[in-house]
Formats: sequence, structure tokens, C-alpha cells
Amino acid sequence: MSVFTLPQAAKEELLLSELSALTEHHRAACEPYARILAASGFEKAATVAELPWLPVRLFKNLELKSIPDDEVFKVLTSSGTTGEVSKIYLDKHAAAEQTRRLGATVQTVLGPKRLPMLLVDTKAMLKDRKSFSARGAGVLGMSTFGRDHVWALDNDGVVDLDAIRGFLEKHGSQPFLIFGFTYLVWLHLYEVARDNGLDLSNGILIHSGGWKKLIDQAVSPSEFRERLSGVGLTNVHNYYGMVEQIGTVFLEGPSGGSLYCPDFADVIVRDPLTWQELPPGETGLIEVISTLPTSYPGHVLLTEDMGVVHGIDDGDWPGKRFSVIGRLPRAEARGCSDTYREAA
Amino acid sequence: MSTLQKLREAFRTALDLPADAPVDDLQYQDNEKWDSLAHMSLIATLEDEFEVMIDTDDVINMSSFQEAIKILGKYGVDISE
Repeated sequence: MSVFTLPQAAKEELLLSELSALTEHHRAACEPYARILAASGFEKAATVAELPWLPVRLFKNLELKSIPDDEVFKVLTSSGTTGEVSKIYLDKHAAAEQTRRLGATVQTVLGPKRLPMLLVDTKAMLKDRKSFSARGAGVLGMSTFGRDHVWALDNDGVVDLDAIRGFLEKHGSQPFLIFGFTYLVWLHLYEVARDNGLDLSNGILIHSGGWKKLIDQAVSPSEFRERLSGVGLTNVHNYYGMVEQIGTVFLEGPSGGSLYCPDFADVIVRDPLTWQELPPGETGLIEVISTLPTSYPGHVLLTEDMGVVHGIDDGDWPGKRFSVIGRLPRAEARGCSDTYREAA
Repeated sequence: MSTLQKLREAFRTALDLPADAPVDDLQYQDNEKWDSLAHMSLIATLEDEFEVMIDTDDVINMSSFQEAIKILGKYGVDISE
């Protein structure tokens, strides 16, 4: 089973119809969203790129939901670097659906069986079960895909070499799952494996969390892959996703270097000055598109991340393949959200 | 102990409920004890108790006590009095 099946033209046809319907749904059910659309003059989209986007920051400023208060089942929050918090409202249907779609996406590379799982993190992060950090929520969401979970770091965040060795003795000769944030994997797994001669060759690594800390240490994504293969870890999948489109993850393909969009999602890279869609090869702002946000108008979002589309229908899986390059410097991002704030 | 009793016990243990708590009508996340963390512990308990390995999709779909009975049935575990 894969959710990476649709060539770009077929995907856009499907997304245009589903997202146009979602846009009308949110227009009818979410008053602030209807006001934004009215202010922008939007009526109808002839292409996916014409669908009206919201700046992702807007979820920090406005309460945007398309469900009545008594159907709110879960409120997800994310604190950005600025301390402002996004609030994402899910009803039961949306909550179940996002889990299912994330499951289908990850099973593309893991298969249907839950694999023994090494978490490159500390259990201490889940101590307060009422309020996890975004990191905690990520770890917990992913742990569904594993079994016999072992934490690679102790409660103080120090590498627990005995735990890692014990895990590998028990499970290392069969496929197993490794999950962690990119810089933790680099610091606390790669270096430890290299220095202690650990064999990770049956591991499938899924990692996320941005490259900034690694780029500060002058480690590029391609070097990350190359060095990991030096300790036998060749099944490596980075992913990109955000709480404002919970359940949608863009997953790195087997050959590395590109993220792919599942059938129910897509990306568009836009010129940050003109908002025009940029052709492959040119760097701009990433817009993320997904059919999953049914309970809040987050189906078309302009992120504050810079990225580039590398190609279309020419990689491991069909559709667009792209990379995230980094964050847009904060000052430049203000224009659009201020406009929307006034419009709202 | 019947398999039904065993299943009730497993739910009470994993969700940290009192020994006499009714569980037959439990729904995922309707009971505040049954959150995503407890869900993983529940799955592990069921796997140990009934000696099965539950696939990812079934972990995701196990949304109630009654659903757990159905899913365990797929793995050849007959839950009855």
C-alpha cells in the first residue's frame, strides 16, 4: 500500500476539486475565513495554484475553526520560536483521519508490521502527559508504528549506551525502526555508533526537525546521509510537516535528497515578492496543500519556510519532489500576515 | 479466567483504572485515562496477554473496547465469557 501513487496532472485534478469544495465548506462554516476570502476578492480557482492561501502565522493570531464549540475534540498547539502559539481545532473525524493518513504515509516505507523501535530521545519528555512539547507529541505520534520501544537517552538526556546495545542485541538482526529529531540523531546516535562500532544496518531511520542546528555544525543533508551510511544506516527518510497540517507529512524517498508529497497533499513554491508560482530549480516560499484540514481552514497554507522544487514526476515516486532550505527571515514574513490581519 | 475477563483486566491495568471499573463501553479518548500514551501501553499489554503481534492499522483502528474484541478476533483470539 502506498499513498505516493499519483502523477502530478492526476493529483492536481483531484486536489482542485477536493480543495475547491473544502474552500467552500470553510467559507460557509468559519466566519473569519469568509471575511478573508471576501477581502481578497476570491471567487473560484481554475488551478491548484489559484486556491486562496492563508499565512500559517494567522493561526497564531486568529481562532480559525469550522466546527461548533461542542464538537471540538482536541486543540493542538505549537509554540514557534517567537513564543506565539498556533491553535488547531480538531473534531473526532479530523483527529481520526489525521492518524490514519499519517499511518498510511509512514507504512509506505515501514510496511504494515510494527517494528522494534529505538527512540533517539528521552522518556522524560513525556513526563507531563497533559502538555507535551511539540517534540513530545512527534515522538508519541510516531511510536504507534513501533513496538518494544527503547529510549536511547536517559532521563537526563545522556546517551544510554547499555540500552542501545541491549536493543541491538535483541532486535539488530531484523528490520527495526529508529526515530528521532535530526540533530539528536546526529549527536546521540551517529557519533555514538561510529565511536562504539554499533551495527545499524537493519535500521530504518525516520527523522525530522530542521537542519539549522546541523548546518551550524557544517553538516549538510547529503553529508548526513553519507556519514550515516558509514555506520550501515542506509534506509533514511527525512520528513517535513507542521502542526497546522497535522497528519500530512512530506517524506524523503529511498534515494534521498528529495521530499515527496502524498496523494492527498502537494506543495507550491512561490516568489516571496510577487507570490507567483516558481518553476522547479528556483527557491521561494513553500505553500503546503492538504485535503486533511476539514475542521479548520488550514487546507492551503503559506509557510515561512524557504524551499525548492527539484522536479516533477521524475523521482522515486510520482509528483513533485522538493527540499526545504530554511526559514524566511522574520521581518520579511510580516507583510502578508499583516495584510490578512487587517482584512480579517 | 475467561478471555473476556482477561481483556477487561488488560484494559484496567493499561489504563490505570480501579479493579471494578466497567470497561465494556470504553471509547478511545472519551475516558480521560485512555490517551495516546495509555494506548501504547494497552497495545503492549494485549500483545503480551494474548501472545499476538498487532499491525499498525489495527493499533490505529482500536478505538473502543468492542473494537478490540473484533480486532483480536482477526488474530485468532476468541473473546468470550
